[in-house]
Amino acid sequence: MSDLEIVVCMKVVPKSEEIRVDTETLLLERTGVRSEINPPDMNALEMALALKDDQPARISILSMGPPFFEPILRVGLAMGAERFFLMSDREFAGADTLATTYTLAKGIEKIGNFDLILCGEESADGATGQVPPGLAEWLDLPQVTLATELSVDRKKRIVQARREIKGGYEIQDVKLPTVISVKTASNEPRFIDYNRKPWAFDDAEVAIWSHDDVDVEDGYIGLTGSPTVVSGLREAEVRERRKEFIQGSPEKIASELAKRLQGIIT
Amino acid sequence: MVASLYAPSEANKALWVFLEIEGDDFARVSVELMSKGRDLADRAGWTLCGLLLGSDIWDRANQAYAHGADEVWLLDHPLLAEFDVCAYSHATMQAIEEGKPSVFLLGATPNGRDLAGRLAVRLRTGLNADCTDLILDEDRGVLISEVTGFGGGVIALLESAEHCPQMSTVRPGVFIANEPDPDRLGDLVDFKVKLKKADIRSRIVERHVGEGVDLTQAPVLICGGRGIDGDFESLRELAELLGGEVGATRPPVDEGHIERERQVGQTGVVCRPKVALNFGISGAFHFIVGIQDAETVIAINSDSEAPIFNHADYCIVANTHKILPALIKAVQRERESVNV
Repeated sequence: MSDLEIVVCMKVVPKSEEIRVDTETLLLERTGVRSEINPPDMNALEMALALKDDQPARISILSMGPPFFEPILRVGLAMGAERFFLMSDREFAGADTLATTYTLAKGIEKIGNFDLILCGEESADGATGQVPPGLAEWLDLPQVTLATELSVDRKKRIVQARREIKGGYEIQDVKLPTVISVKTASNEPRFIDYNRKPWAFDDAEVAIWSHDDVDVEDGYIGLTGSPTVVSGLREAEVRERRKEFIQGSPEKIASELAKRLQGIIT
Repeated sequence: MVASLYAPSEANKALWVFLEIEGDDFARVSVELMSKGRDLADRAGWTLCGLLLGSDIWDRANQAYAHGADEVWLLDHPLLAEFDVCAYSHATMQAIEEGKPSVFLLGATPNGRDLAGRLAVRLRTGLNADCTDLILDEDRGVLISEVTGFGGGVIALLESAEHCPQMSTVRPGVFIANEPDPDRLGDLVDFKVKLKKADIRSRIVERHVGEGVDLTQAPVLICGGRGIDGDFESLRELAELLGGEVGATRPPVDEGHIERERQVGQTGVVCRPKVALNFGISGAFHFIVGIQDAETVIAINSDSEAPIFNHADYCIVANTHKILPALIKAVQRERESVNV
């Protein structure tokens, strides 16, 4: 039986709590904003590592983005991944979900040998959650989204996934290879392995692929491959409130509030 | 540029809504979309179509007319009895190729997102996810979708005018569902789908569905943040007294104090209660998004500088652990005096 081949799709996002929007230009103020690995992708990587704890497996990280992603995503190698492929090319920039999923699918085809493709539930910046199904469609694979637990039967080539549904859960069997999105916060990503650190951050070779390295068709990548156009941007309106302060002892405040609540609710 | 499977010039002036079946009814967001879709279709003079997939669902068409559909595309097939994203994608694709709608809308539910994500790729079209508003530019026949970004501080308008169908998934709770009109009539398109067993690529081994909560419909919302130190028991007691539901910011959810389906805000649920009471919540923008449609907002926080006070009608600077028990007592007293 061959080792389980897992590809984990990961990206880097600006730290959400540090993002500010310039109210004049409506552009993102990037100066001083730190980057981090998209937190849901860490749950996907942890899911892959947990599978590797139980069976022979090889984990490859795949990302699409600018060169500065490389040092940040090396953390994944230090946590336990074996390989890291970065699709980095100006031609890939400005991609919406259609172009992003197309490009990643081409990267996965180039990696070639895979049983499981794991993704985070959604990205912290785009928050569309549409990449995993789009990827599955390009690759003509089944999909399970919002998985919280996985177990793989390598002999039968089946993955069993527990996924959250409205008000409960379901357990699904799907044949390998397949695309899985991992529910955010469904596990606790492990710390880096200090023994792997010198290799992960210094010695490990990272494959950087441009559009020439993958078999992409003209017009399918980047901004030109993206049907979606941003036609307007504005600041969200903040609703004006009364901002009336109620003071006094806890009992006085409570009885005041209770009276108002009674009035509002009935 | 990538061309969609059919061009906007070939599309029919029709707006399709995926009707997700949930028990005896449709998912609430499907009904909300029908109400909004009815409004958009009326203004533009377009046809509103409900897309129904399932097995033995003939009786559902009338429900769809009642919710505003001019036309129901009924895809009835034994292999559609359970939602399997691959089978549902195949079936929907066949109907779309035949009906060529200009616009196709789905609720941003787990199934709606799964289906939309696959179909947009298969159709080579744009997909706007988790939208908070929809506008139909009648002159151009273009759907403009509003999405919030970057923690809710920015609103972006997205369109894909050169591709068809123009697809969006819409967040539950942003549109108001109209009352059904049982006397409304419509036309049935009995669409024969071609499916084979191999089109089903997942097998449900087990399913548990309890009573799901729907915070979008709660008249009273009691939210807790980091400042309540995990004391959701008191919040539940208060919620029960007031006939409301308990919600939370992200940190207590991440720490496991409360279920994720009760997370309010940008990455959680957007609510429109009569009143939202917020205990120990500082008021980051991505949380405020979830309560800004509340009629009245009450905030209790020990930090007088907390940003939540800029977004509240009634502000109380105090220790939440002191206010909560006092408030529970006061509400009980208020109840008794009213009942006497």
